[in-house]
Amino acid sequence: MRRTPAALLLLAVLAFPLVFARPFPRHVMIMIFLYGALATAWNILAGYCGQISLGHAVYFGIGAYTSTFLVREAALTPWLGMLVGAALAVVVSQAIGYPVFRLRGHYFAIATIGFGEIVQTLVLNWDLVGGARGLFVPIKRPDSLLNLQFHDSKAVYYYLALGLLALALGATRWIERSRRGYYFRAIREDQDAAASLGVRVAREKHAAMAVSAALTALGGTFWAQYVLFIDPESVFPLSLSILICLVAVMGGVGSLWGPLLGAVVLVPLSEGTRVLLGGTGKALDLLIYGALIMAIAVFQPAGLMGLMRQLRRRRAVAPSGEVRQESAA
Amino acid sequence: MSTPLLEVTGLTKRFGGVVANRDVSFSVGPGELVGVIGPNGAGKSTLFDLITGFIRPDAGTVRIDGREATGLRPDQICRLGLGRTFQKLRPFHEMTALENVMIGAFLSTADVGEARAAATAALASVGLGDRLAVQARGLSTGQRKRLELARALATRPRLLLLDEVTGGVDAGAIPGLVALVRDLHARGIGLIVIEHNMRVIMEIAQRIVALQLGEVIADGPPTEITRDRRVIDAYLGEAWRA
Repeated sequence: MRRTPAALLLLAVLAFPLVFARPFPRHVMIMIFLYGALATAWNILAGYCGQISLGHAVYFGIGAYTSTFLVREAALTPWLGMLVGAALAVVVSQAIGYPVFRLRGHYFAIATIGFGEIVQTLVLNWDLVGGARGLFVPIKRPDSLLNLQFHDSKAVYYYLALGLLALALGATRWIERSRRGYYFRAIREDQDAAASLGVRVAREKHAAMAVSAALTALGGTFWAQYVLFIDPESVFPLSLSILICLVAVMGGVGSLWGPLLGAVVLVPLSEGTRVLLGGTGKALDLLIYGALIMAIAVFQPAGLMGLMRQLRRRRAVAPSGEVRQESAA
Repeated sequence: MSTPLLEVTGLTKRFGGVVANRDVSFSVGPGELVGVIGPNGAGKSTLFDLITGFIRPDAGTVRIDGREATGLRPDQICRLGLGRTFQKLRPFHEMTALENVMIGAFLSTADVGEARAAATAALASVGLGDRLAVQARGLSTGQRKRLELARALATRPRLLLLDEVTGGVDAGAIPGLVALVRDLHARGIGLIVIEHNMRVIMEIAQRIVALQLGEVIADGPPTEITRDRRVIDAYLGEAWRA
């Protein structure tokens, strides 16, 4: 019975570009998928394993820069560049993880901010990759899947972003149901108790970081091919790291669908204010985010997923009215 | 005599100027039930932390089954067959009782179904068979003690270090917990038990190690310990003098 609405929703998502031919609605959906994928990737490390990273822009940027650099210098297809970027992101994430995983809680989060800033500064001053000027992806015509460029229609981007999201959700689902997922949650709850039960805490954290970084880097390559211009300000900023975190927190961390739900709510808000207010409203979406995050933190720390669970419970018991007493007792 | 399961030699740990453990030596044979007693601050929990790898000793060695185990990480100690519980209980609050114990069971299998079955059995063996789906935060203190036991048991230890079995639980729950420890012993698991309730420890321990100010002041059967002048002065008080 629950399958039917889910199948209809999936069908609607797949048919969306056929119905909406104009670029803007497609763009909003693409952004939902991309941020949904990024937040889902972040959620594997932060939501399940409890390691709140505020430096995930590093992996996004590595993905974007690696594929773009290889397209320019080696005429390598972005598909391969994407894989190289993901591999490089994993290597960097393991190197960063080595020192930062010794820290716990807020100190870990702060250290990841530090690494994010370091990497952005390095790229800003690295002439080989364009420094502060950034890099253009060389325009290739006609549109082709091999070159991962589409100038006439956003439809292919739409399905690519959807595929990326599906990959991130699939990876999360797979981890959630395996030993690793149980270990991640145990580490989030109490890593010393986990260690006393034989869990190799450092190794598990590194694994979570690797998966999370790789998926985030794939998103970076997609972004580069979508906008065809990248610079340190657009793919390595702290604000991106924070936004990824906000989207996930808004939806509900540590759950499969939470981060996507956050993207469904926040992305249209951001795109909407941008369109309505133009450049003058640049920070308005952030103001609204801030207010929403405060509301979430105060009223429903489990995010929208927690809110939905609550509503479902209430609706389930409303007709009899009996359970309300029970919950009050 | 066979190799002791655990052999601690000359273990010393200083925290700044305070010596938490000084030259502590003792051993535990397979299936033995050893009590550790001593006043607050005697270094009992520190000793457990040193043995299980949570703290590195400044000097001395830990051998498990004759193998050098000094300075290993907690997860490595666990893999050598040493389980432990914590004085301040540390359940995974947001996880159900079953999931808590599955973390221990995963040591011997990567299969979720097998871990679930093993965890279910471990929970049943500590009397929590009807609490599988309850979140750990929803359990009483006595139940959480049992949960920690089940979790450690699920790693299939040969030696279990229990930090205060009856501490903090109401009097009514004590006999059940004591019976549980006896049951574990009967299954052939070696046990080292820190315990403040003298009646309990006298009743169950085959041997008692008494600590004071980080040093071993007595090591012997319970009847001998209660007659030991230093133990009476340091810990038991005049009431225990025969």
